[in-house]
Amino acid sequence: MKLTLEKQFQLNLKKNKLKFSVTVTLKKDVLDPQGKVVQNTLVNMGMSNLRNIRQGKHFEIEVDESNETVAQKKIDEMCKKLLVNLIIEDYKINKI
Amino acid sequence: MKSSVIVFPGSNCDRDIAVALEKMHFKNKMVWHKDTSLPKSDLIVVPGGFSYGDYLRSGAIAGKSLIIDELIKAANSGCLILGICNGFQILTETGLLKGTLLRNKNLKFINKDVNIKVVNNSTKFSNKYKKDEILKINIAHNEGNYFTGTNHLEELKKENLIAFKYCDEKGNINEETNPNGSLENIAGIYNKKKNILGMMPHPERMVDEIISNRDGENLFSSLLN
Repeated sequence: MKLTLEKQFQLNLKKNKLKFSVTVTLKKDVLDPQGKVVQNTLVNMGMSNLRNIRQGKHFEIEVDESNETVAQKKIDEMCKKLLVNLIIEDYKINKI
Repeated sequence: MKSSVIVFPGSNCDRDIAVALEKMHFKNKMVWHKDTSLPKSDLIVVPGGFSYGDYLRSGAIAGKSLIIDELIKAANSGCLILGICNGFQILTETGLLKGTLLRNKNLKFINKDVNIKVVNNSTKFSNKYKKDEILKINIAHNEGNYFTGTNHLEELKKENLIAFKYCDEKGNINEETNPNGSLENIAGIYNKKKNILGMMPHPERMVDEIISNRDGENLFSSLLN
């Protein structure tokens, strides 16, 4: 199959793109009043067996990088420098 | 005395602090957050408001502004820095002050006049106040619940770095007199060198009898002292 230049370009872009998710949550010892309110509301709505809810943030990040280790390092730097407040928050990076 | 007020998109107490500073005879200049140099100043104020709409975390985006590098340089060379409300949040995000400000314990935006006690009256910011003096100052915030690690809390106490604590009009400091769930009722703290003060209450709103009281004035006259 013949590829036009445009299509070839788009394919290359796709090849060099990696996507990650970052989940940020409050640390275990930090009070999470929003999570508590959501939890109480669900209990009031009749949801049973509910033990605990912690509310967090979710980021989806795409990077122009083909090497996964390098990309992961980049994302980690983004987390440490801006996305996460390390005093009160934990984070997890996942490849998606 | 020369002062500068840094203005971010979403700052809304920048004019108030400018009026207060001018009333107290400071020569004040406003500085835009995209500027890359600060005018020569003895005092730099990071004002209250909702910089960048509190996106990500209060103060997080403003804490990475272009002017912040200059602010950090000035702070390290001993310049006096005052962060009020969102300004306090920004200072914690830059790392100039340790700890952080969490969402108020009751999840409500609190706007009211509260009592605070002057815990340390021997700094550049507080020398005109009496020790344990009780002030009535306005607070207006959603994230004022100060939190820090155990080691830093110990340091704050040992080195006398707690500036103000929430209390009642008799000076009682307890859970009932804590409006936002702040650790040990902390309303304001200093850095180790005591040239940086971050506080949630708004002293700039308390410099005129007509609209409030004048309990905030001594903070500014202390700086001039």
